[in-house]
Amino acid sequence: MTDRRLPRINIVMTLYLVFLMLPIYWLLNMSLKTNTEILNDFTLWPADLTLDNYRTILSDPAWYMGYVNSIIYVTMNTVLSVAVALPAAYAFSRYRFLGDKHLFFWLLTNRMAPPAVFALPFFQLYSSVGLFDTHIAVALAHTLFNVPLAVWILEGFMRGVPKEIDETAYIDGYSFGHFFVKIFTPLIASGIGVAAFFCFMFSWVELLLSRTLTTVDAKPIAAIMTRTQGAAGIDWGVLAAAGVLTIVPGALVIYFVRNYIAKGFALGRV
Amino acid sequence: MEKTINQKAWFLVLPVLVLVAFSAVIPLMTVVNYSVQDTFGQNQFFWAGLDWFRQVLEDERMWNALQRQVIFSGVILAIEVPLGVLIALNMPKRGVMVSVCLVLMSLPLLIPWNVVGTIWQIFGRVDIGLLGRTLDVLGVDYNYTQDTIDAWVTLIVMDVWHWTSLVALLAYAGLKSIPDAYYQAARIDQASRWAVFRHIELPKMMGVLMIAILLRFMDSFMIYTEPFVVTGGGPGNATTFLSIDLVKMALGQFDLGPAAAFSIMYFLVILAVSWVFYTVMTNLDKQGGK
Repeated sequence: MTDRRLPRINIVMTLYLVFLMLPIYWLLNMSLKTNTEILNDFTLWPADLTLDNYRTILSDPAWYMGYVNSIIYVTMNTVLSVAVALPAAYAFSRYRFLGDKHLFFWLLTNRMAPPAVFALPFFQLYSSVGLFDTHIAVALAHTLFNVPLAVWILEGFMRGVPKEIDETAYIDGYSFGHFFVKIFTPLIASGIGVAAFFCFMFSWVELLLSRTLTTVDAKPIAAIMTRTQGAAGIDWGVLAAAGVLTIVPGALVIYFVRNYIAKGFALGRV
Repeated sequence: MEKTINQKAWFLVLPVLVLVAFSAVIPLMTVVNYSVQDTFGQNQFFWAGLDWFRQVLEDERMWNALQRQVIFSGVILAIEVPLGVLIALNMPKRGVMVSVCLVLMSLPLLIPWNVVGTIWQIFGRVDIGLLGRTLDVLGVDYNYTQDTIDAWVTLIVMDVWHWTSLVALLAYAGLKSIPDAYYQAARIDQASRWAVFRHIELPKMMGVLMIAILLRFMDSFMIYTEPFVVTGGGPGNATTFLSIDLVKMALGQFDLGPAAAFSIMYFLVILAVSWVFYTVMTNLDKQGGK
């Protein structure tokens, strides 16, 4: 009871959190400075607070479209991955069938495949089917590691649902589809949330494939950031501001799922 | 749980199979194709057998990259796993602080990898970075773009910063699943803090820790973006890990044959190690599940 009012200060935890926050603070600090201040004065907080760096990004389509592109393909990938993983995870958690174990491991091997191995073949494959530089190409490419992950997580959650529930539903005359959507899906809602969270996370942070597969129309923000190097050297302020803005969607997602993270880790097997 | 045999379950797996076949099998076959053929351009290929494999294996380049990679993965596993467990043990027990800690800890995990690189690139610079400047003022001769040791230390600290939270979160989840009764029994036995850790917490965390080790091994073995942004593989080739070397070969120099042979061996190494982990894990699962 007293814990709630007086959180005990834990040295290890505090040091760790400070270690985590310092580099992020420094980025934020730089994004609010002018380039002159960054390069000439060494200040721990902005002396001359400016939002110009953010204004540059938010007023230039070449910049902000990067965020839009990233969000489009990440969303597409998350929906696609979870949608195909659901029935598969159900099959793996409920039935034994020819080659099931091998199939499961084979799926996992795709999560283990180094993206660097796939960069060139993906480039050629998506160019040849005319999908190069589209959002769907990146979304499909990211299913390579997200679908196995989603199957893995969802299977862990589904195993926790007693099989009697399925059987009762079938006796009550539910069809498979009806049962799956009406009864089963709500039961594993938190599992779906966790799977979606991880799909979002891995698709959002990946750069190698998304950069290889795009040039202009679907270029992710992370790749656009490499452009700040101009004739006058690197525009540090804008670079820092762009970095801060890429942290925002992740922070929002974490905030929404904060109560499920630990639970999800415990039940699922990420 | 008892599973029923049902071959129709294949239909449920079919969408995943089609999708993964498109995004994994076709590209992988392309790689296999390149690895055994040579080309003079204009799409003329001829059979090269195992020549590329021989060439890559005889070349010191891959061995050096592999050596650096193994050292890197070994060092970060040795730091991140114990540190992650320590952090998990120090998580607040209840109250708002739990959420605060979880959110702050997860933050580095959701930063795009090249931004992680950028953050540390800036943070470590002697002229404008907090870390570099502080070390400079303290009289430490630190420059990660010139000095091999400094580059390594920077990359390792960056990886610890980036990924320890994943281990900590997993370990924390494992700790949360231990019923209170275990601790009460330990208290009755007057077990020491160490004994509680050694005989209750550690065995109960084993499953999730294996997952953490597996994930960290796989991901650190494929690390590309962060070192590429921070050091670009340098100074010299000091931080050129396997993926960086491979991308240089495949997309930089367009040496398709050797790059493909390299890819296949790279993939097989990861596969072999991961298979060992996976087998150990499923065995642990079986023991724990019964």
